[in-house]
Amino acid sequence: MTGFVRHARYVFGENPVTGGALALFLVLVVLAAIGPWIAPHDPLASDTAKTLQPPSRAHWFGTDQVGRDILSRVLVATRLDLVISITAVALSFAVGATAGAAAGFFGGWTDRIVTRVTDTIMAFPLFVLAMGIVAALGNTLGNIVLATAIINVPFYARMARAEANVRREAGYVDAARLGGNGRARVLAVHVFPNCLPPMMVQASLNLGWAILNAAGLSFIGLGVRPPTPEWGIMVAEGAAFIVSGEWWIALFPGLALMLAVFCFNLLGDGLRDLIDPRRRT
Amino acid sequence: MNPPLLSVEDLSVEFRTREGVVQALDRVGFTVAKGETVGIVGESGSGKSVTALAIMGILHPAARVTAGRAVFGGLDLLAASERQRQEYRGRELSMIFQNPRTALNPIRTVGRQISDVLLRHANAPRAKVKTRAVELLARVQIPDAERRFDAYPFELSGGMCQRVMIALAIACAPALIIADEPTTGLDVTTQAGILDLLDELRTTTRTATILITHDLGLAAERCDRIVVMHAGHVVESASARALFSAPRHPYTARLIASTPRPGVKLAELTPITGAVPDLRGDLTPCRYRTRCERAADICDEPPLPRAEVATDHMVACRSPL
Amino acid sequence: MLWDNGRTSVAGGPERSSSGPSPALLDVRALTKRFPVRGTAHEVHAVDDVTFTIAPGESVGLVGESGCGKSTLVKLIARLLDPTDGRIYFDGKDLGAIPAERFARAPARARIQMVFQDPADSLNPRFTAFDAIADPIRRLGDEPRGTLRRRVEEIAELIGLPYALLGRYPHQLSGGQQQRVGIGRAVALRPSLLILDEPTSALDVSVQAVILHLLADLRERLGMAYLFVSHDLNVVRMVTGRVLVMYLGKVVETGPADAIFDRPAHPYTRALVSAVPVLDARRRRERVRLSGEPRSPIDPSPSTCRFFGRCPDGFEHCEREMPVLRPITPDHLAACFLGGDAPRG
Repeated sequence: MTGFVRHARYVFGENPVTGGALALFLVLVVLAAIGPWIAPHDPLASDTAKTLQPPSRAHWFGTDQVGRDILSRVLVATRLDLVISITAVALSFAVGATAGAAAGFFGGWTDRIVTRVTDTIMAFPLFVLAMGIVAALGNTLGNIVLATAIINVPFYARMARAEANVRREAGYVDAARLGGNGRARVLAVHVFPNCLPPMMVQASLNLGWAILNAAGLSFIGLGVRPPTPEWGIMVAEGAAFIVSGEWWIALFPGLALMLAVFCFNLLGDGLRDLIDPRRRT
Repeated sequence: MNPPLLSVEDLSVEFRTREGVVQALDRVGFTVAKGETVGIVGESGSGKSVTALAIMGILHPAARVTAGRAVFGGLDLLAASERQRQEYRGRELSMIFQNPRTALNPIRTVGRQISDVLLRHANAPRAKVKTRAVELLARVQIPDAERRFDAYPFELSGGMCQRVMIALAIACAPALIIADEPTTGLDVTTQAGILDLLDELRTTTRTATILITHDLGLAAERCDRIVVMHAGHVVESASARALFSAPRHPYTARLIASTPRPGVKLAELTPITGAVPDLRGDLTPCRYRTRCERAADICDEPPLPRAEVATDHMVACRSPL
Repeated sequence: MLWDNGRTSVAGGPERSSSGPSPALLDVRALTKRFPVRGTAHEVHAVDDVTFTIAPGESVGLVGESGCGKSTLVKLIARLLDPTDGRIYFDGKDLGAIPAERFARAPARARIQMVFQDPADSLNPRFTAFDAIADPIRRLGDEPRGTLRRRVEEIAELIGLPYALLGRYPHQLSGGQQQRVGIGRAVALRPSLLILDEPTSALDVSVQAVILHLLADLRERLGMAYLFVSHDLNVVRMVTGRVLVMYLGKVVETGPADAIFDRPAHPYTRALVSAVPVLDARRRRERVRLSGEPRSPIDPSPSTCRFFGRCPDGFEHCEREMPVLRPITPDHLAACFLGGDAPRG
């Protein structure tokens, strides 16, 4: 385990960009955890006397159309957005990677079924599919996560399938069988872990995409319901006010979104280096 | 005495890598006469391929030629401009690579690839190009050459791909062909066929060849002269007959002794102790010193010697065998 | 050290009673593997009616060029593939009774092991050297817990790998070290039969010498039989006592290593041996040149010699009947109607 920690320190220490991304990620996680406590105002408290105020000392990010403090709302929304995206990605990764690896490794009927299912999902424009799922099942938080997860499954499934397919022919697979590993064990212990490194980059790109997805759903009214603070819904609400000059309502949640997506994308490379033993010196 | 076709002198190449500067070649020198086949032998890491790539001017961008000349037909290839080199490459001087399938363009038919070379370098009239290309394919003994003109590399076997590479290399009747491990990975009978072809080219057109290989038997059978390399140095160069019957450098002797050959039992097969030194660190003048059983204090004195122990027989050793 | 190369063991041949298994360690009879060509009813005859035996402790060489079927044959014997026809007897038991898919957990699994050609490809990049050697012991051995570490260290010592390297990953090891790990993994369970598939082809000649010595040493110490597959005839001659020559799925010649190389009887073997580059000029012989391309392995005619068309010595009878292995001398057999006599001797 200490070897892993040492390697982790090397990976993050050597590349300042990766290190920076990790630092930012930790900041986001901390904000997600303690957001509600450090928010200067109640994110849900509206104050009609103070509507549409530009950024000031009392309200660093200004207030929105019903007088709520935008800074507090952005901070508190961190938790929601991170939870949605991480859960959705974790879910789709788990299901997609397993199904795809099994399909690529075993071939035959497993492969046919998994391929048909992923092809069906991919036949739809993915965002429209997410919309459809949420519209049909109702826009609760759980369904948003589910919809985002479902539309992401094909990416992982196809990647895992391709990786497993290639590695199936590797010498160490035969060696593992000679060493007493049954086929299922070979897949689980020998092949699957080797498929992971390239998928880590995909996973972190997906994190950014999942946030955008949830935000997009909220933007069109199929996501989180007001008054729950969530970056997407805040951008949606603020969009209407840009023309009239109140730029801060949409900008700050938009910046937060951008920062989070940026951070996840940069983190991807670092994650892959962490998992791939070939990068170890 | 005719001037040599190619004369490499004091060639030194280094690579800049993240882990330091790799001194890949240090004052490598040898000559190739017209029509001669010179074999460069050595283990992996000895610098044989780097030498070839340096002469051709196609080294990796991280490589730098820090010294030396490679005089070919009056022109120093290392000092020449890229334009001048492009005029020579493919026409006077060509190269065959190790893995034929990957060295050929996978999305272009073999016939087209040969035609490309003819159009670029041989100034052949367009109408005649296809005929000449088919002739070349037949010349390298590809059966059914007319039909194979339209084949893609993946449709051909490894041996046939290598023959196509040879066709590309001889398209403009070069004076010198550099063959870098041309038959590694091919079956032994296919290998013999390819090398027979190169031999035949040599006798009919007096094409000189530099044959790079790690297979000593191959070098002994097919080359007129041998250059032995170790860790970026030329340690010995002599005629094939002289080298293999009486090697003078300890490394050459050990290399021969560790090669399986008929009449030698397993117990007599002696490995070479130690390993090739790390080319990034501080290096002793003789890079074989740490592995040599004859090493003495005198071996630490720079520079690496170059002793002529017999006519045309050079050894880089202070106490040759 | 004993360098008998297994000469003292019994040479195998096809003339034995087919009524039951024999005292040989490995007894392969009429082994056949055909692969369907996708989308058609045609089949590739990768291995066709191969019969031979290996005695306990014997070292047998298998040579042949690409497409001859030796990789498939090796996979059949290692039980990674199921045969289409024929039998494989190991220590008297029919190995074909258990399908390849379930063979990983069979009792005989530990007794047949393999060393692969490309160590970089055959070692799991996520497993340290320790993990690679320990895995078969964990899966198939009956080591009591707690002794695993010591057991792996014993093997490391046996294969000449310093303990410090056990914690390294394959990409941190040299080619020779990687191959040692591959060998350590294969001998960890003391197999009776070790299949070596070009174990030194990817290594430098000086490292090769060390590994060949190691293999000979291990064979003597652990009493294993070897099936040594290689395209390098010089190496095969040095480490094996008896050799099988394959061409297009069939065994075309078999006999003591010296006989095969000094007095090859089959025209293909003659061509093969004459094509091997020889260092010592005095030992070189005249090249036997082969013309044309090999015959197709798809649905080959059962009544034509597979070598017909390329063979420099063929005549019309070769096209009408398939030759079988017949003795030139009691232990040297060749599948050729010319029976070892040829214009060039």
